[in-house]
Amino acid sequence: MTDVAATPVSPDGPSPTSPTEVEVAVAGRSAFGDAWLRLKANRAAMISLFYLIAMGVVCVAGPWFSPHNYSTIYADYVRTPPSLSPYPAEDTIETSLTDVVKRMRLDLKEWRQEGERVFVTVTSSREIDDRNIRYLDRSDTFDDAKIESKSADGKEAVFSAGVKQQYFLFGTDNIGRDLLTRTLVAGRISLAIGLLAGFVAVAIGVLYGAASGFIGGRVDEIMMRIVDVLYSLPFIFFVIMLVVFFGRNFVLMFIAVGAVLWLDMARIVRGQALSLRRQEFVQAAEVMGVSQWGILKRHIIPNLLGPVVIYMTLLVPQVILLESFLSFLGLGVQEPMTSWGVLISVGAANIGSANWLLMYPAVFLVSTLFALNFVGDGLRDALDPKDR
Amino acid sequence: MILYVIRRLLTAIPTLFVIVTLAFFLIRVAPGGPFNQERGLHPEIKANIERQFGLDQPLVSQYLSYLKNVLHGDFGPSYVLPNFTVAERFAAGLPVSIQLGFSALVFALLVGGTLGVIAALNQNKAGDYAVIATATAGSTIPTFVIAPLIQLLFGLTWKLLPVGGWGDGALINKIGPVLTLALPQMAIVARLMRGSMIESLRSHHIRTARAMGLSDWSVVVKHALRGAMLPIVSYAGPAAAALMTGSVIVETIFAIPGVGREFVQAALNRDYTVVMGTVVLIAVFTILFNLIVDILYAFVDPRVRYD
Repeated sequence: MTDVAATPVSPDGPSPTSPTEVEVAVAGRSAFGDAWLRLKANRAAMISLFYLIAMGVVCVAGPWFSPHNYSTIYADYVRTPPSLSPYPAEDTIETSLTDVVKRMRLDLKEWRQEGERVFVTVTSSREIDDRNIRYLDRSDTFDDAKIESKSADGKEAVFSAGVKQQYFLFGTDNIGRDLLTRTLVAGRISLAIGLLAGFVAVAIGVLYGAASGFIGGRVDEIMMRIVDVLYSLPFIFFVIMLVVFFGRNFVLMFIAVGAVLWLDMARIVRGQALSLRRQEFVQAAEVMGVSQWGILKRHIIPNLLGPVVIYMTLLVPQVILLESFLSFLGLGVQEPMTSWGVLISVGAANIGSANWLLMYPAVFLVSTLFALNFVGDGLRDALDPKDR
Repeated sequence: MILYVIRRLLTAIPTLFVIVTLAFFLIRVAPGGPFNQERGLHPEIKANIERQFGLDQPLVSQYLSYLKNVLHGDFGPSYVLPNFTVAERFAAGLPVSIQLGFSALVFALLVGGTLGVIAALNQNKAGDYAVIATATAGSTIPTFVIAPLIQLLFGLTWKLLPVGGWGDGALINKIGPVLTLALPQMAIVARLMRGSMIESLRSHHIRTARAMGLSDWSVVVKHALRGAMLPIVSYAGPAAAALMTGSVIVETIFAIPGVGREFVQAALNRDYTVVMGTVVLIAVFTILFNLIVDILYAFVDPRVRYD
């Protein structure tokens, strides 16, 4: 995409050259090549674009590289604060060890740590069952448990187990799941919903608006009144009704969210279509006998693309926000699946005891929204130089 | 002017009618009902209750009787909260939401407006960039992040404000919710004000005023500001309607007994009458504030006349 000449050249579309472009391009520059150059010059937009790409890659690929599964519950590590050093910490080994021994219904006589392994001496009034060793393996803190030795009467034994080193860079949530993995998985969902629902909204809006604008007359009148009526319904009511209809189904959520947000797009496209039909170059094409479809393909669609792309970039953050809002109310994505909205709502509920539950997802969500806004603004400036 | 207001109020009637009709049938065709509980009522008891509320009638006749009642100012009983009428619920919740919303609006207009003017006067200088950055942050960070952050900082860390609750309307309980409601609006107002003020400062009458040797203060406050007010006024109308009918998020997070929270609960419980009442309420507020905006136009901009 860095090569300007390689970008698609739109035939005889109006090619507004910005006044800042002084050098004369030999190959001739399309409207989109031009826009791309302007976008590249916008530093905030480019940084945001790379940030978004990085965010997408990290969210999609990250969970595969994470040692934790997003739904694995570590009962030993509920609400563990984020830390760069591995868990278990020195002092928690004893706690989890006493827990394990308690579960074995044995008495802890003594324990010591040698390197990566702990050795624990247990006693009991009755003979110790070898199967007790399982309790050590079952714990989130230990693995690879072995029986080192057993006294002759079987009432005293030495078990050993490796200390399982775990990293929780973002800490764990209120039931002991790794927050980093969950935040990344949530990012997948939020970004996917943003893109897909944005796409649904744009598709409905463009089709509806273009139909209304092109057919014109009475049909246009009726179609736009329908949009007006839907506009006048309270937004939240509309959203909640759709969610109620579609149930709490994840895929239908896309459609519901998309179906709410198409109204603006329809209006924008209709307005554009109406004004384009009266432009001289369209009238000239009509006079020259170009077919309706030809006009649509050569003049209308390339000219509509700008506003549609701009609106879509501004729509995606709106959709992500709306999805988060619904999830916040408990209407969106359901556990154990998660989205940034779900995580933030859990974080808001646990703000007194574990503020990292709010902080990390909030930083991810807000920074993504920021970046999307910057890219949207940059695209608007790049595609529509008249606006500024 | 009075004629204009009357005409506007008359045109609001068909709009309201369409909204009521649409909302009525939308919520009725949604699956579930107010008495579909998880454990399930005995069918006979359920039939009795439904008969009492007229829910066994055909939908169209229910609709007609609802319309008749609404025209008489009767929004009916709440189905889910027994012994409460919708009017009583509103009487309890609406003052709370209006207080918060109105304070937030005033705060947003004053602070946002001032920030916008400061930015416009320092265009492309440090002050301008600071305001733009704040405005971008304010309009990007969602309410459900701002609210818990305010709770965390002011409530838990510095212990300046209560974390939540209404406290019978104590001033200190209102600060957090009002701030949360106001910040995004403030950001938008600041941005709008900056843009229109820059334009206003460039206009001919301002140049004339400066040429006549008026003081900076008088040029900005008396002449430029007045011209720059229009976009703010037209923004403030819908914003006021939205703010005063309550915010679900703010009311949920700060545990405030307003109408916004009730609306979502009612929609989930299929408390038909409460949902319908809220829809009408929001629509009336929106229409009313849009009317107020249009009347205000005439005061802000003498070129606008309604004769």
